[in-house]
Amino acid sequence: MVIGKSLPRVDAADKVTGRAKYTDDLCDKGALIAKICHSTIGNGIVKSIDTTEAEKIPGVVKIVTCFDVKEKHYFPTAGHPWSTDPGHQDVADRLVLTERVRFYGDDIAAVVAEDEVAATRAVRALKVEYEEYPVVLDPVEAMKEDAPRIHEAYPDNVLKHTSIRKGNYEEACKEEGLTKVEGWYETPTVQHSHIENFICYCYEEAGRLNLVASTQIPHIIRRIVGQALGMDWGRIRIIKPYIGGGFGNKQDALYEPLCAYLCTQVGGRLVKLDVSREETFACNRVRHAMKFHIISYLRPDGSYAARKLEVYSNQGAYASHGHSIAAKAMGAFPQLYPCDNVECDAYTVFTNRTVAGAMRGYGMPQASFAYESHTDDVCKVMGLDPIAFRRKNLMPAGYVDGFSKNENYFDSFNQCMDKGIEVMDYYRKKEEFKNQSGDIRRGIGMSVFWYNTAVWPISLETSSCRMVLNQDGSVQVQVGETEIGQGADTAYAQMTAEVLGLPFKMVHVVTTQDTDLTPFGTGAYASRQTYTAGFSIRQTGQLLKERILQYAHRLSRMPECNLDIVDGNVVRITDGRVLMALGELATEALYSLEDSQHITSESTYQIKSNAYSFGCCFAEVEVDIPFCRAEVKKIINVHDCGRLINPALAEAQVHGGMSMGIGFGLTETMLYDPKTARVLNNNLLDYKLSTFMDHPRLEADFVENPEPTSAFGTKALGEPPACPVASAIRNAVLDATGVSVNQIPLRPAVLFERFKEEGLI
Amino acid sequence: MEGKQYQLVTCTINGKETQTMVDVRASLTDMLRNDYRMTSVKKGCEVGECGACTVLIDGEAYNSCIYLAVWAEGKRITTVEGLLGPNGELSDIQQAFIDEAAVQCGFCTPGFLMTALEILDSGIEYSDEELRKLLSGHLCRCTGYENIFRAVKKTMLQRLGRI
Amino acid sequence: MYDIKALYEASSVAHATELLLAHPEAQVIAGGSDVLVQIREGRRAGMELVSIYKLDELRGVELEEDGTIRIGSLTSFSHITKDKIIKKYINVLGEAVDMVGGPQIRNIGTIGGNTCNGVTSADSASTLFAWDAIVELSGPEGLRRLPIKEFYIKAGCVDLRPGEIQTGILIPQKAYEGYAGHYTKYAMRNAMDIATLGCSVNVKLSEDKETILDARIAYGVAGPVPMRTPSAEQAVKGQPVSKETCRKFGEAVLLDINPRDSWRASKAFRCHIGEVMAERGLEKAIRRAGGGI
Repeated sequence: MVIGKSLPRVDAADKVTGRAKYTDDLCDKGALIAKICHSTIGNGIVKSIDTTEAEKIPGVVKIVTCFDVKEKHYFPTAGHPWSTDPGHQDVADRLVLTERVRFYGDDIAAVVAEDEVAATRAVRALKVEYEEYPVVLDPVEAMKEDAPRIHEAYPDNVLKHTSIRKGNYEEACKEEGLTKVEGWYETPTVQHSHIENFICYCYEEAGRLNLVASTQIPHIIRRIVGQALGMDWGRIRIIKPYIGGGFGNKQDALYEPLCAYLCTQVGGRLVKLDVSREETFACNRVRHAMKFHIISYLRPDGSYAARKLEVYSNQGAYASHGHSIAAKAMGAFPQLYPCDNVECDAYTVFTNRTVAGAMRGYGMPQASFAYESHTDDVCKVMGLDPIAFRRKNLMPAGYVDGFSKNENYFDSFNQCMDKGIEVMDYYRKKEEFKNQSGDIRRGIGMSVFWYNTAVWPISLETSSCRMVLNQDGSVQVQVGETEIGQGADTAYAQMTAEVLGLPFKMVHVVTTQDTDLTPFGTGAYASRQTYTAGFSIRQTGQLLKERILQYAHRLSRMPECNLDIVDGNVVRITDGRVLMALGELATEALYSLEDSQHITSESTYQIKSNAYSFGCCFAEVEVDIPFCRAEVKKIINVHDCGRLINPALAEAQVHGGMSMGIGFGLTETMLYDPKTARVLNNNLLDYKLSTFMDHPRLEADFVENPEPTSAFGTKALGEPPACPVASAIRNAVLDATGVSVNQIPLRPAVLFERFKEEGLI
Repeated sequence: MEGKQYQLVTCTINGKETQTMVDVRASLTDMLRNDYRMTSVKKGCEVGECGACTVLIDGEAYNSCIYLAVWAEGKRITTVEGLLGPNGELSDIQQAFIDEAAVQCGFCTPGFLMTALEILDSGIEYSDEELRKLLSGHLCRCTGYENIFRAVKKTMLQRLGRI
Repeated sequence: MYDIKALYEASSVAHATELLLAHPEAQVIAGGSDVLVQIREGRRAGMELVSIYKLDELRGVELEEDGTIRIGSLTSFSHITKDKIIKKYINVLGEAVDMVGGPQIRNIGTIGGNTCNGVTSADSASTLFAWDAIVELSGPEGLRRLPIKEFYIKAGCVDLRPGEIQTGILIPQKAYEGYAGHYTKYAMRNAMDIATLGCSVNVKLSEDKETILDARIAYGVAGPVPMRTPSAEQAVKGQPVSKETCRKFGEAVLLDINPRDSWRASKAFRCHIGEVMAERGLEKAIRRAGGGI
């Protein structure tokens, strides 16, 4: 068995020796350097750009302004599979350079120069005249009648509004004896902050554009670059080497289209566009800030009679992933705590903030913060134990969602919570932390979540795989589901070894993706990789195995049904005799003068299922009231993500998500100047990503219920760990202080205001 | 255009004496990556806030992005490329990063390894809290630092004969 | 690649002065952790630089004959923290500079740079104010010494005359003998951060440890430059060692501090924290001085 083992990552040795090549490591140092001129207003129009002074700077090769882009190809940026149904396509609202500025930092011109200093000087020397409009940063404000307008096609700034109606909310809340609990919950704009900023370079070869990019979605980027430049998609080739993290930011076309365009403007010469950290914050993608309004009506027995939800999602300046994120957040509401009478409305609203796109959890960390904070608020009002309340009201075992057909096959929520309760010594601490009165108090809180695996049935789910047998019996594997640091390649190697009966070391995963060479796949997102690639790996592996055994039959004259591959050897299963090593077979097959065969297989699997992934977080927090600080002292996440392919990597994945969740809950937020919409903290000093000293030990545990729909029993784990953390911390602060803080991050400024309101300081 | 200013920089990189003409505007990151192709030295912020470009200069960890290349004159510089043993074997700390699953996207890894090396070479047994502080000049978004901590602590204890 | 117009490397203090006089527009660069960042930002792009980085004679800590502690201006934070003299006599300074940024920054950042940039949030500055430090400057007219309070003119501006560089920071024996101190850095994270507010307290107790003979407190970020709060110092002088005294100390701080509202933190928040820091800081300093509280 290779599955279920904590094998070392296939790329670890390359990464600890510095041999692993990322985009910039591969780029020829003679590349021309592109720098972008970003708008210094948040909303308005570029009236003119004077390039006179900039042209004079030695080393400047080309200056392109928004007025030079004559063919206007509007393109969508979201890393979604393309839809051939125009009604289901992403909103195409971007241009490589724009005259109409919609956020502070919008791309209005670009300089290509011989070196970085010349390019930077030239950008500074551009003289831009604007017509400036007022800005709006908040979605609720943006929906008001007199709010500044951002997109001419959306006069009310609402990109989309969708609803869920179940039963009759209005009638149901009239039931006698109900308790009403109402709250507003607010989450911040945060950034992915992968350590490698986005970077790409582009050159022309054989009449085609070759673009090497730090992206999660090479095949999708090919399509988008084609759309943005009005080029045939086949004339574009995207290569993705190792990437230094993505977390959803690189599940969007960032500056690949602009870099490709600039390359075409300098005769196809090599152009590198290396984004700075400041640009990563202000001009890439961010997590949607959301405001939730929740009203719950509870019966005296602690069950829900009726519930209402409004979600206002801050889209920022362009549509990117658009409403999908708010829709997903809203969709979680009636599934997490099923109730017969529910009314939900979600609005995705344009503002002049940074463009919001995909980010680990895709709406669910926001939703989990709101829903699980509200759950503890309900418990407080009703005087109920938060665990008991959840056991009673959470999605029960056997629950099936009508749309996704996802099923809660096991009793995952209770199983996960049981583990968390035990590790945290929950009830003892809950008792211990009662009736504290000092300046420094402790509290314990928890939170649950569910998450989908992959995007079916909302979008296409497909995975293609290619396997090639080498002379020595080892196998190369390629899939379109990209390695972005999460360890997908190692999981693929384990799956392939399992299906083919090979030792792990005989599987070589081709990590570089190249749209010319890699079979089609839509990339890394939606926690889909192990689940979706699992299907195509199993199917393709079976095809390869069939071909191998057919050839073994020819060589051994044994019936195929009596043959198998075990540990890299062809074995007669009836008596276990080793007939030949796979290497012998492969060499013979390739060089045979009678029957030469290159044994390969390739197949596509379209997935028409999805799977619920579950989990919870427990956090113990110490609150220093006079200092307005909350510090996590102990924290654990427990997940049911099905069968673990590689427990050590799964655990590592959970740690990373928890860290991101702690940042979301306690420190991270992008701050905007209300007058100009400029990002104030666009660097890693002022944006408070957790450091080594900001967490306690991170603990991860699992409940392994093999997912029945899955090719290897596995399901989503990439994003889930980030989902439940902030609400667990918030609920622990509530436990410690009795103060409900409904706005994250729970940074000192927020705690200061709340503690003052509550008379604690 | 003002004349570009170059300076000859002689220094020892990973045990080898080297010499090259450097543009005085270059950072040590620029010199190591461009002139010596030491691409383990990563650029994550270029202002000393992420630690991805960390190298050892005379045994101490520095952010090479905010260190002028010309200052390297006469210095002894170590990068991850210099960690392998004479027969290409991995050093203990590299092996520990692999064994403890401390590597994910890998972009912060070389920098962390260099700071870890300074810690380990001190021969001091640090408390958990001290270790966390010593490693706090690096940002990592993938690992939550947990397994990096385990890898460094394990190697420290191994070197001190504690495990 | 930095946008630097020219780089002049000084080979001695006198040479640095010569270079600065010859290139009056040039900026001095010591460790570079501020200057290079500002060049990249564009604030100092295209400047000439006079590098004093190689002036090893300005590195290190010494105890002079009269008991004065002399810290060479180019001594890095990490070397200050590890230094035996610092540890023995003014450990709180070592602790304070051990909270600057992260370890790599502490290896390159110098105490001279940290004070010459005139920034109120500098972790070393409040402690130096609290220890009555003297700044030593060397220029065309020779050596000049002045109290650190006078060195700071306004935000981002210090009393450096043409051709001058800072060569050392001196702590006179009378300033530290018999005192124990404590530095609190209030920041949004526990590493890699700048102070929202920094507070350094030191105290001298009576022999029986029952009375406060003298207390000094200085803040970073409580005003445009680091500052002392004389009202608080006066309020506790001669007072008994008690919780009540510490509370009074905290309250009195509000008479003097004047932090500003910024997107990093509001004035109201900084004032609130400032009071708590003073109270807690004095308690800790008293405990270090051997007082029971």
